Amino acid sequence: MKQFIEGSWAMAYAAKLCRPQVVSAYPITPQTHIVEHMAEFVASGELAAESVNVESEHSAASLVLGAQATGVRTFTATSSQGLFLMQEVVFNIAGMRLPVMMVCANRAISAPINIWNDQQDSIALRDAGWVQLYAENNQEALDLIIAGYKIGENPKIMLPIMVCVDGFILTHGMETVDMPTQEEVDKFLPKYNPPYKLDVENPMSLGLLGDPTVYLENRYALHKTLEEVIPEINKVGAEYKKAFGRDSIRLVEEYKLDDAEIALVAMGSVCGSIKDVVDQERAKGAKVGMLKIVSYRPFPGEAIKKALAKVSCVGILDKNISLGAAGAVYTEINSLMAGQNKKVSGFVAGLGGRDITPQTIQEIIKTTKNEVNACKFIGLNKELLWDEFRV
Amino acid sequence: MFSVLASKGKTSRNNKTGSWRTFKKPNFLQKNCINCGLCKLVCPETCITGKEKNQYYPDYDYCKGCGLCAYICPKKDIEMVKE
Amino acid sequence: MKELKIFARAGQGAITTAAILGEAFFHQKIYAYAFPNFGAARMGAPMNAFLRYDNNPVRLRSQIYNPDSIIVVDPTLFKSQNCFAGMKDGSVAIIAIREGIKVEAPKNIKVVSLPAEQIAMEIIGRPFSNTVLMGAFCKATGDLKLESLIEAVKIQFADKPEVLDKNIQAVKKGFELGAAS
Repeated sequence: MKQFIEGSWAMAYAAKLCRPQVVSAYPITPQTHIVEHMAEFVASGELAAESVNVESEHSAASLVLGAQATGVRTFTATSSQGLFLMQEVVFNIAGMRLPVMMVCANRAISAPINIWNDQQDSIALRDAGWVQLYAENNQEALDLIIAGYKIGENPKIMLPIMVCVDGFILTHGMETVDMPTQEEVDKFLPKYNPPYKLDVENPMSLGLLGDPTVYLENRYALHKTLEEVIPEINKVGAEYKKAFGRDSIRLVEEYKLDDAEIALVAMGSVCGSIKDVVDQERAKGAKVGMLKIVSYRPFPGEAIKKALAKVSCVGILDKNISLGAAGAVYTEINSLMAGQNKKVSGFVAGLGGRDITPQTIQEIIKTTKNEVNACKFIGLNKELLWDEFRV
Repeated sequence: MFSVLASKGKTSRNNKTGSWRTFKKPNFLQKNCINCGLCKLVCPETCITGKEKNQYYPDYDYCKGCGLCAYICPKKDIEMVKE
Repeated sequence: MKELKIFARAGQGAITTAAILGEAFFHQKIYAYAFPNFGAARMGAPMNAFLRYDNNPVRLRSQIYNPDSIIVVDPTLFKSQNCFAGMKDGSVAIIAIREGIKVEAPKNIKVVSLPAEQIAMEIIGRPFSNTVLMGAFCKATGDLKLESLIEAVKIQFADKPEVLDKNIQAVKKGFELGAAS
């Protein structure tokens, strides 16, 4: 049933419909509402789960790791510094092949302290071995959570899923979301039945010392499995479409790329703004299109290559930067496009909540057409940049 | 795809660490023992058995000869001896 | 697509105002996106809430710079900022006025000013003027049906039945006054 609803509520509701048995998180802006709603569901008895208060994100992540290892479905959510405090455990969760579900309400990283949105937090953890899916709107966020559980819990996959949603823009934004029923989700998502778990009846050690004779194989298996997630996303996407009628579980979304000469590439909520600008530019006769990356990990290289095959200029908008190099998505797409005789440019915009307006996007389109840049910042206020220290 | 991710329970017994002992082994004198149990507690291989005074003994199949039991014994009732 | 910008102080219910209006549009099968001015909100600090509405799903995620309408919940805000900045020709400003505070609006803007706080005090007994202003918005813009708004108010106050009727009354009063100017 369609509802006009706050994003955090929709995401918490999606998680609730998946019946996690253990929920633990530490409140941090802008993720807080998600966990608040989860705690309410548990307190009201709507969700039969253990909601555990912890003293830090490190503990929250450790707790869901431990719970998931005993063979139950779990849920957690965090943002920014909280995700970084979890980092050690985040890598462990993937290494121990536990399909934990986490919502990352994307927020900038300190210093300076900033609570606003960009995607630096999850991008910094892209190498952790998690599946990272980026939502454009709250409907997609809900869909990715439900489908994400199914993708991660496939006994051949067993990988954690991070659903990345732009902090505030989605978490605190209210819009129309089609909420599935419990029956529909129960029919779509089978009971969690892991091929291994910690069980006193059948003792087993998980999280072993992996010495040089086995470590390489572990990382290879993790990498290969992430590659296997690419067809799995398409498979689960088709099932999801059949069950819920929405085509939101996909590797990438192509928007008006068929005859496009210029393509913008982006992830997350900014894709909605880009679609509006693409329509405006097309009304003026410019052949512009957009490629939205939903699955950043695994990185769907083939799908991206195919989608961008016909365009001559590619502009990548990164709401993150690998300092000293360039935007993360630019770096990867640029290497994909090597030798293809395309103009590929990287843009960094919207860091720390700097508003990405239609004008920002128009500037990116114009610059993509006329120049080639690896890492061009859009919207810099030069008056705030000095050669020497000032107070 | 998976690799070595877990190990079965109770498999540590398969590794007979007693073979690591190269020089000295603990000799439990069983004379002045006060049943404090410290030797049993500190043993990294948990290979010391015993519940009563002067009844403690190690399992040499697993004892690595680290000497911690002799070091901790308040009654000097364990001595390290050449094998 | 139309855009509304709400000016208030944190704690005055601007986000709830945007949420209720969004819900009301939803009841009319119009897509809405309501969002706060993302900030470290402290009680009393000036803040904005925004609402976009359209017949198609709203995709644009930036803040609102050229609104089709504004609601000013607290007229003291005019002391520190120009709430009319960026407004389009013929756009609508719904302003809660208060004695002693003079508001000069640009000529190209349709202004609906009403003593919303005073009305709220009379009807609800507390200075929460939002429902009065929503009623005025409804009438002044003509984009929203009064029934839809009342429906949304009912949902918002479902767990506060003691103030529901008063707030519906406040909406209706605002609707009347929205027509007056």
